Amino acid sequence: MIERALTGSKRYWGWIGTLVALSAIGSLTYLVQQFSGTEITGLSRDVSWGLFIANYTFFVGVAASAVMVVLPYYVHDYEAFGRIAVFGEFLAVAAIAIAGLFIFVDVGQPLRSFNLLLYPTPGSPLFWNTIILPVYMALNILIAWGALGAESKSVPPPGWIKPLIYISIPWAISIHTVTAFVYAGLPGRAFWNTAILAPRFLVSAFASGPALLIVMCIMIRRLTGFDPGKKALGQLGVIVAYSMILNLFFIVLEFFSSFYSSIPSHTHSLKYLFFGLEGHGMLVPWIWTSVALAVVGTVLLVVPGVRRNDTMLAAACILVFISLWIDKGLCLVVAGFIPSPMATITEYAPSLFEVIIAIGVWAMGFLILSILYKIAVSVKEEVMT
Amino acid sequence: MRDINRREFLKIAGAASIVGLLGGWEAVELLAPGELEAKYLAKPEALTARRWAMVVDMKKMDEAIAKRCIEVCHYVHNVPDIGDPKREIKWIWLESFEHAFPHRNHEHVAERLKEKRFLVFCNHCNNPPCVRVCPTKATWKRDDGIVMMDQHRCIGCRYCMAACPFGARSFNWGDPRLFIKKGYPGYPTREKGVVEKCNFCAERLAKGLMPSCVEASKGALVFGDLAETTSEVRGILKSHYTIRRKLSLGTEPSVFYMV
Repeated sequence: MIERALTGSKRYWGWIGTLVALSAIGSLTYLVQQFSGTEITGLSRDVSWGLFIANYTFFVGVAASAVMVVLPYYVHDYEAFGRIAVFGEFLAVAAIAIAGLFIFVDVGQPLRSFNLLLYPTPGSPLFWNTIILPVYMALNILIAWGALGAESKSVPPPGWIKPLIYISIPWAISIHTVTAFVYAGLPGRAFWNTAILAPRFLVSAFASGPALLIVMCIMIRRLTGFDPGKKALGQLGVIVAYSMILNLFFIVLEFFSSFYSSIPSHTHSLKYLFFGLEGHGMLVPWIWTSVALAVVGTVLLVVPGVRRNDTMLAAACILVFISLWIDKGLCLVVAGFIPSPMATITEYAPSLFEVIIAIGVWAMGFLILSILYKIAVSVKEEVMT
Repeated sequence: MRDINRREFLKIAGAASIVGLLGGWEAVELLAPGELEAKYLAKPEALTARRWAMVVDMKKMDEAIAKRCIEVCHYVHNVPDIGDPKREIKWIWLESFEHAFPHRNHEHVAERLKEKRFLVFCNHCNNPPCVRVCPTKATWKRDDGIVMMDQHRCIGCRYCMAACPFGARSFNWGDPRLFIKKGYPGYPTREKGVVEKCNFCAERLAKGLMPSCVEASKGALVFGDLAETTSEVRGILKSHYTIRRKLSLGTEPSVFYMV
């Protein structure tokens, strides 16, 4: 099947070439970081995690959201998702690759990564993540590959993928729950120390992932001979809309608990993030942009007419995706470190090096995604003709 | 090369496998816990305790003594002097009351506390969140209560820094060796990409010496066994009012401040 990724139009190769070039630039910049140390990042003693860890968190969510396609299709026989199931699973594969790479570029001693397996520590959520993320990736590769291989030979999918599918559903929920546990279990970081963090992570994931999948599917429809189906995308749009409404609701709940109780440590990070604290407010314009995009995107998606119109649907999904990326892929992690344990404020902005490395990681992920999608689309085009 | 037939090949392969198996078994025996494992024995002169603790006597402590403590500690542990507050490495340093005890600060705090600066360092918590989160057991709590760091195992994920509510941990963002003015041969330097912090001078206790800050403190720092009812620290705690940092978080710090 892989050979289908090796033939393609000029446009395909141009796109692949661009991604390879961006990955190479990112990799070279990463080498600079390896030689001179993470001092080339914008991180500090007080804000010790930034763009990389935030993006890891965000993309674990994107990966987990494959369950929003897999569950209706395989468990509830929702036929319309049959045409996009493989794309959802391949998106999960690429998203896990991105998440893993972001961890890799973040740690100070990447060559010691195997210490995670040599000294297994069941008490650490980060240890659990290193175990369950690769397994989730493998599950999705096997399921998608099995189904796609059968489709290319016009035979029913092999029996062994059924149990894997059933395992992958709770697994998807668990990967993002554990990601939330990385943050939610820390004393002294009141902003993250909330029981609603895991549900918040999940609903925002169920909006961001399917939003990206919708955009991808609309591109596939426009650029290739395969149509993922209007009904499937409209239904995914409904999932994004409801998840966004829940996400916004959960944020309101955070505000209530923090500000009505008025416990100072519970309000500080929220104040810093949304209004600025003691004259510091670097993230304020970002978070309000996120809120504005979220509101506009959600309102659009609630309107049935918008969901039926490709361009409008894609636009709404892009708004939602950007909004959630700002919220989770930047603000949520950084604001948790502000104020510091000493009740002082050190702000954080990623350095240019960090941004280039992050773009490189994104490019590698989209390279994997493009290759997988090329294979899937080619198979589906062949089956149609 | 001589041609070998199938029968000969099988013989050689079989013999080789048996040798391989024996070697494998040998490896299993070597790695299995048991007699072959090295046993750690403390030297007779070593200072030992069931739970090491420190009392900071703020009546005796002044800025000059505090600075001497910091200087000595950072010298004997090869702590680099980076200067940039965003990137600095510090094992022990001074903070105002407002920053050392944010949970206790209010607008009518006694003048004498407001004016003072407090020595802060790793609290060697009895219930350390940094140890809980470390994914490689690169930081752990010893039987004597000291929260230790293995800089050779640390992968530099900085999860412990997110977990510590006291900001006690520093990360080597760059090469620390460039910032060590006068190297101290008695303690290893670190490389970039690992976390470090105060270790209650475990390397000195093993040799029967008190922590370097305690030695430099002219009695303002008292170090001893919290589990021993007759120890000096227990005596002080019994008869004086002491506070600890962020007690409500449940980490149970082993550093007490006599205010």
